[in-house]
Amino acid sequence: MIWKEDIETMPLEDLKNIQSERLAALAKYVYKNCPVYKTKFDDAGVRPEDIKSIDDITKLPFTTKIDMRDHYPFGLFSRPRTDLVEIHVSSGTTGNPTLVGYTRDDIALWSDVMARTLCCAGAEPDDTIQIAYGYGLFTGGLGFHYGALEMGLTIIPTSSGQTKRQLRIMQDFSPRILACTPSYALYMVEEAKEMGLDPKASSWEIGVFGAEPWSESIRAEIESEWNMLATDVYGLSEIIGPGVSQECHYKDGLHIYSDVFYPEIIDPETGRAVAEGEDGELVITTLTKQGIPLIRYRTRDIVSMTAKPCRCGRTSPRTSKIKGRTDDMIVVRGINVFPSQIEHVLLGIDGTHPHYQIIIDRQAHKLDSVDIMVEVDERIFSDEIKKMRELEARIRDEIQAVLSVGVNVKLVEPKTIQRSEGKSKRVIDKRSL
Amino acid sequence: MAQQLTIFVENRPGRIKSVSDILMANNLNIWAFAIQDRGEFGLIKVVVDRPEQARLALADHGFACALKDVLAVTAPDKPGNLDRLTTALLNSNVNIADAYGFVTPNDRQGMCFLEIKNAQEVNLEEVVTAAGFTIVKDEDLYEV
Repeated sequence: MIWKEDIETMPLEDLKNIQSERLAALAKYVYKNCPVYKTKFDDAGVRPEDIKSIDDITKLPFTTKIDMRDHYPFGLFSRPRTDLVEIHVSSGTTGNPTLVGYTRDDIALWSDVMARTLCCAGAEPDDTIQIAYGYGLFTGGLGFHYGALEMGLTIIPTSSGQTKRQLRIMQDFSPRILACTPSYALYMVEEAKEMGLDPKASSWEIGVFGAEPWSESIRAEIESEWNMLATDVYGLSEIIGPGVSQECHYKDGLHIYSDVFYPEIIDPETGRAVAEGEDGELVITTLTKQGIPLIRYRTRDIVSMTAKPCRCGRTSPRTSKIKGRTDDMIVVRGINVFPSQIEHVLLGIDGTHPHYQIIIDRQAHKLDSVDIMVEVDERIFSDEIKKMRELEARIRDEIQAVLSVGVNVKLVEPKTIQRSEGKSKRVIDKRSL
Repeated sequence: MAQQLTIFVENRPGRIKSVSDILMANNLNIWAFAIQDRGEFGLIKVVVDRPEQARLALADHGFACALKDVLAVTAPDKPGNLDRLTTALLNSNVNIADAYGFVTPNDRQGMCFLEIKNAQEVNLEEVVTAAGFTIVKDEDLYEV
């Protein structure tokens, strides 16, 4: 079924009218309520009255992750803190984390787009869903929760981890829908086999997988191991959390809810639109959000987009899976990791700047592992094994505290990390995503 | 006091040789050595005849290394001597962080190198000689 059939199958002309109305209202709203946007508009020489149609969007300035960081915590908000009913925080690239907040209407919007997402994946109102995304400051768990609540599904909020328990609950309550990261879905295969279960006989028929990039080969593996349909969900906390776009059962691109999240694909260098179907950076404008609406937010995700309506009947444009990033962000077990965060921690250790390398790997059916090699130079070297162990543990603990991801730290000899053109290659990603 | 050079090495084939290569190339004579293993990496500890030169040579090749004072003690090779030494050190509250020792077969002399945690707090020479042992003089270890 299609959750919001009138909107999701709306003729493109009508859709464009809605987008135009909403963008004009949004421009006035942020100009009036958010001093940061007022300055941005003024600097760009654009007045809210100039925005009459969705095509005028290119007159508006971009918003970037740096804006989020610079105006932390509430500078980019258009509503006072007292109007917010929920906030979520994710670790930032360096220094300030990224804060997003929702008004009651924003939560209603989130519930709506997540209900659309679950329907798009194939959920029916009588279904039971097992939500194995983390609940908490990460938007994954609660986003799915709100959508499932909106749809009237029976929710099993297992959150992430405790795999044996996840599988026992699956056996006991036979949920048809599973929501988690694709790597966790694969990881659970092994655990199931160890417990003597036949993954192919599981109750899960549909998976809604996201929060990290994954390939068609991973999809094929999940689908054959669990005997289920594996669909891709996309989102980012800055925009709403999960629920920006979702694949239907045709698995031919992700339907982006363009009546509320207006997408553009641009050349990240020039900032200009690329031709339809070409790869570029996904830029999103939140047309109806209240708490922290964002104008032309640069997601840094590289995708392509098509406006051709899908066989499923939905008329909104579809994006490809994420093909890359415009920055050096890597996603590990659903958590965004920037090499600069690790660099920041190492800088704090005795004021030195050791060379380091991050190696990310994924053994078959295992969770991603993060090994951080740190060169031991004269300044951090101690002639006692105990102190070296302490140093290793300290680096590990501090990095884990910043990233919220478990890591292994390996001390290596000076000059052993490869330098290319003076700058070492910071990240080696061995995963086949 | 004797000086020990501690070198950080990764635990993989050839790393000890890479250190001994550099020592040989600089014509350095090794008095004693010990290796500590910590899984991913280890520490090589060596006492050589020209410690500072060894340190510079190794640092030139990119090794992380450090020089540290160690107590070098000799005693005739007799049963109970190590116990007598450790008893004397214990009675003076000397804290031993690390130690390695050996016997030279020809003249049956025992020799041991001790890293002392609280070397500043104790008159080590007094304690060791009072117990009947000899501290190896710098001129016997080093080319002056």
